[in-house]
Amino acid sequence: MVKSVLSANHKGLRDWMIQRVSAILMIIYTIGLCIYFLTHPALSFSQWHQLFSLSWVKIFSVLFLLSLLFHAFLGVWTIFTDYIKSFVLRCFLHTFVLLMLMACFIWGLMILWSV
Amino acid sequence: MSARSKPINLNLFTIRFPIPAILSILHRLSGFALFLFIPFMLWLFNFSLTENGFALLQKMLSHFFMKFILWSLFIPFCLHFIAGIRHLLMDVQIGVALKTGKITAILTFVSVTLLIILVGIWLW
Repeated sequence: MVKSVLSANHKGLRDWMIQRVSAILMIIYTIGLCIYFLTHPALSFSQWHQLFSLSWVKIFSVLFLLSLLFHAFLGVWTIFTDYIKSFVLRCFLHTFVLLMLMACFIWGLMILWSV
Repeated sequence: MSARSKPINLNLFTIRFPIPAILSILHRLSGFALFLFIPFMLWLFNFSLTENGFALLQKMLSHFFMKFILWSLFIPFCLHFIAGIRHLLMDVQIGVALKTGKITAILTFVSVTLLIILVGIWLW
């Protein structure tokens, strides 16, 4: 049995599922946002502000950001694993990207919280 | 034959790329580009939710140059989006054969071009 010390390997099916679920959630959110833009021509600040003060919009937006976090990490993980052969450099980059994405997620939370 | 003595050809200019292959690498490239855009997008979102920011953005968007920049940001998004949908369709076994894969790849490029034009019309 192959040893996986960090439990980060041999979880291909889990990652595959995460990519798909996050993608579908983001697709629905994007289409919803597009419909909003198309049904609100000449958008005013108060309309835009009001949209994001709705609770369900905030919740959906946070789910979108969470999906983006997972989806982007897995995508970039794939790219780095394909092209960067040095284990040490790759580990460092994975960690850096993960922290950067988490920071973006927290920032997104702060933005939505302030509305 | 040991691993060292196997022939390697990584000269990309000598390799023929079918259309689904080009779509695939563009999907990867656009994904990475979008990843790099995330902080900027968040900042833009935050800015649009401040009163002054929203007004400034509206004013800036009446300039051709800003519209062009925003429009060019949509290109990787549209491509990644439609190519991603193609991936999801392949997951449910739609378009997995050689012929149908090529058809969906061409359809992707066509619909992405259409989308980009539509976005352009919407922006102007």
